[in-house]
Amino acid sequence: MNELIAIFLSMALINNFVLARFLGLCPFFGVSKKLGNALSMGMAVTFVMTFAAIVTWLINNRVLVPFGVEYMQIVIYILVIASLVQIVELFIKRTNAALYNAFGIYLPLITTNCAVLGITLINTREAYSLLASVVAALGAGLGFTLVLAIMSGIREKLEIADSPRSMKGLPVAMLVAVLLGLTFFGFGGIV
Amino acid sequence: MGTLMKEFVKGIIITNPVFILALGLCPALAISTSLDNALGMTGGVFMVLLGSNIIISLIRKAVPNIVRIPTFIVIIATFVTIVTLVFHAYLPDLYESLGIFLPLIVVNCIILCRAEAFASKNPILASIADALGITVGFMLALLMISFLRQMLGTGSLSIFGVHLFTLPVLGENPMIIFILPPGAFLVIALLLALFRRMGVMKGE
Repeated sequence: MNELIAIFLSMALINNFVLARFLGLCPFFGVSKKLGNALSMGMAVTFVMTFAAIVTWLINNRVLVPFGVEYMQIVIYILVIASLVQIVELFIKRTNAALYNAFGIYLPLITTNCAVLGITLINTREAYSLLASVVAALGAGLGFTLVLAIMSGIREKLEIADSPRSMKGLPVAMLVAVLLGLTFFGFGGIV
Repeated sequence: MGTLMKEFVKGIIITNPVFILALGLCPALAISTSLDNALGMTGGVFMVLLGSNIIISLIRKAVPNIVRIPTFIVIIATFVTIVTLVFHAYLPDLYESLGIFLPLIVVNCIILCRAEAFASKNPILASIADALGITVGFMLALLMISFLRQMLGTGSLSIFGVHLFTLPVLGENPMIIFILPPGAFLVIALLLALFRRMGVMKGE
């Protein structure tokens, strides 16, 4: 149990996907301008990550490893993720049209979000059990959502702030990421 | 020949993947801690981009429009698998230090972006020139970032085990922050702002 909590906290806070591992930067800088969008984007990514972790674990340990074809991992993982994203996209389109429109291009782009492929590769690399993989994916997804939400709050203020012309937009957002990253170092001691 | 040269130069400056298009930021930030990593990553990206651009350009008329993105991704993933295996076999040190960012080339936006925006519409020679130009642009950006980060963060510079120089004061007390993750954001933010200030990014 303690081990699972350690994995969760490490994925969510200490080795935060965005600030420490540089995974999922595109949505971090692209989508995070409104709090609502940031939260739903984070939820969608967390959902896809968790399911991808389960499915890839099963495929890897039940099919690829027994048959000795581990070199197919990258191809199989990306196909699993692409199909999952399609399912999530269909689901959101049917249930919440406003949310679907708010996501715009970023929903299909989850496929090429390195955070999702990243968590499946990390799980495989660390040889986590099925339960640990799910916990790791949940932690990573929630950590991603947290940082996205924090960032969106700051971005709303930055939009109206008087920053130098050459710093407007991406550069100043990155400077905010520097400060956030330094803040998250504070979590380093908790595990 | 002139047009091929144009495609090549375009990738270095006008559509520099990292500084202008802001693509491929994840690997640019993550592995730019040393010049070795920067060159290794460039090598990996080059092999994948060249291979996928050639194949996609060859089959561009045979692939139905509706399944083109999945086709591209499978082609790219195949080349990434090849590159990962090659690195594992011949460059084990780089394979270790690049870690998951080597397989993550699959989802590097630069490669899919070039496949979709260029190789799927242009003949094979132009696609090769495009791959070369984009790679050189990517390499310059990575070298710039990792040069600053390695120099300031460790106080000295070395490449593939060859020691180049040690800075007087920083050699004893390096600014470790530049090697740590926030340092990557700091360096790239300032470089982006500098590029804009110099007017390279006019009109964005």
